[in-house]
Amino acid sequence: MSNPIYNKHIISISDLSRSELELIVSTANDLKQNPRPDLLKNKVVASCFFEASTRTRLSFETAVQRLGGSVIGFPDSGNTSLGKKGETLADSVQVISSYCDAFFMRHNQEGAARLASEFSSAPVINGGDGSNQHPTQTLLDLFSIYETQGTLEKLQVAFVGDLKYGRTVHSLTQALSLFDCEFHFIAPAALSMPDYIIDELKAKGCKYTLHDHLDGVLPNLDILYMTRVQKERFDETEYQHLKSSFILNANMLEGVKENLKVLHPLPRIDEITTDVDSTPYAYYFQQAKNGVYARQALLALVLTNEFGDK
Amino acid sequence: MKKQLKVEAIEHGTVIDHISSGQGIKILRFFALSEGNKRITIGLNLPTYAGENKDLIKIENTVFSQQQANQLALFAPNATINLIENFEVVNKFKLALPEQIAGVLLCPNSNCISHNEPVDSRFNIKQEQAGVKLKCHYCEKSFTATSFKELH
Repeated sequence: MSNPIYNKHIISISDLSRSELELIVSTANDLKQNPRPDLLKNKVVASCFFEASTRTRLSFETAVQRLGGSVIGFPDSGNTSLGKKGETLADSVQVISSYCDAFFMRHNQEGAARLASEFSSAPVINGGDGSNQHPTQTLLDLFSIYETQGTLEKLQVAFVGDLKYGRTVHSLTQALSLFDCEFHFIAPAALSMPDYIIDELKAKGCKYTLHDHLDGVLPNLDILYMTRVQKERFDETEYQHLKSSFILNANMLEGVKENLKVLHPLPRIDEITTDVDSTPYAYYFQQAKNGVYARQALLALVLTNEFGDK
Repeated sequence: MKKQLKVEAIEHGTVIDHISSGQGIKILRFFALSEGNKRITIGLNLPTYAGENKDLIKIENTVFSQQQANQLALFAPNATINLIENFEVVNKFKLALPEQIAGVLLCPNSNCISHNEPVDSRFNIKQEQAGVKLKCHYCEKSFTATSFKELH
């Protein structure tokens, strides 16, 4: 029997069920423990970055190569005939997908990956479409949480920073809401979690609290997910006043739970001071590395039947 | 003597009544009702017995389909549609929200891929506590019906 995501497009985190998320996380774990350098031998995967994103692209391409597959593609559309001749995305996708076994793509417009999936003869994996979805970031976040906590269930999770515009925190909240986690949203009023996410949590009966300061929230947490408060969204005076409320330093971590892990989608600017890096709580660089395993898991499941349904 | 508003009766066609005041012109544009040579009577801000105002559209020799009626529910959920033959009402449509609407609305998100690719726009429709929401199939953003300013 095929695993449930064999030969499927991976466009939006909301397309994946709880059991599919668990399967991807457990497969990432398997591949981290037991490398499979020949799993994608003779498979060609296209890496199509219509918009540049160096880290995401390198992570995807590393994942393909670690599984023995070959990569074709481009790092941004600026230097390709695609960008210069005015061909539609729909036509580009039909041609590219005929060359490869699967392809992942990044695009600056929302909905690009969904549209590509409707014209592609090969499975499409969304590597980010504008401000919409970036499902593989959520999968690597889930894998990092599972790896550090041994479970995804009933965790105390705080999100800090730009919760309004950060698609990362939206998708991760939606995914963790399937696992009965309790959420703590810490943000300036101007960057608070959008109503539609809060409405979804209410509809599912999930517990959540709202805060405008990091103080007092830390002692009970299992996961502290930091993001950048975007300076450009405030005037200088307001930002100087605000920023200390959303910057994490090592002193603040005294008295936290032993299992607490601090995550961040990176790049970090100044919201986590470097003295946190040497504490046992910092996990953001391992989290970035886990992106390769999460993407390996997706490719392995989409392109092969080596990993069964959980 | 009490003054009475007169809107001419039609022999064959469709009467869309009880349209919320201000929506009549939008519906006319949405369904491209003014295109062609159909005779149309429009009443705007007509008083009702309940003391409120309403819009009303009468279209001669045109029969609304259930699909059109369902699309109308997005903009005028309280409207009624009467089909007229020989000056008599022969059928009344109940409006029901469609599950999906395709090819008729432009996504209000200017960065949505549906604007510049060879696809029909598509929205999934959901009745929420706060009202009807239309979620774009492509960009996944949700909008209220009043967000749609441009119509095909």
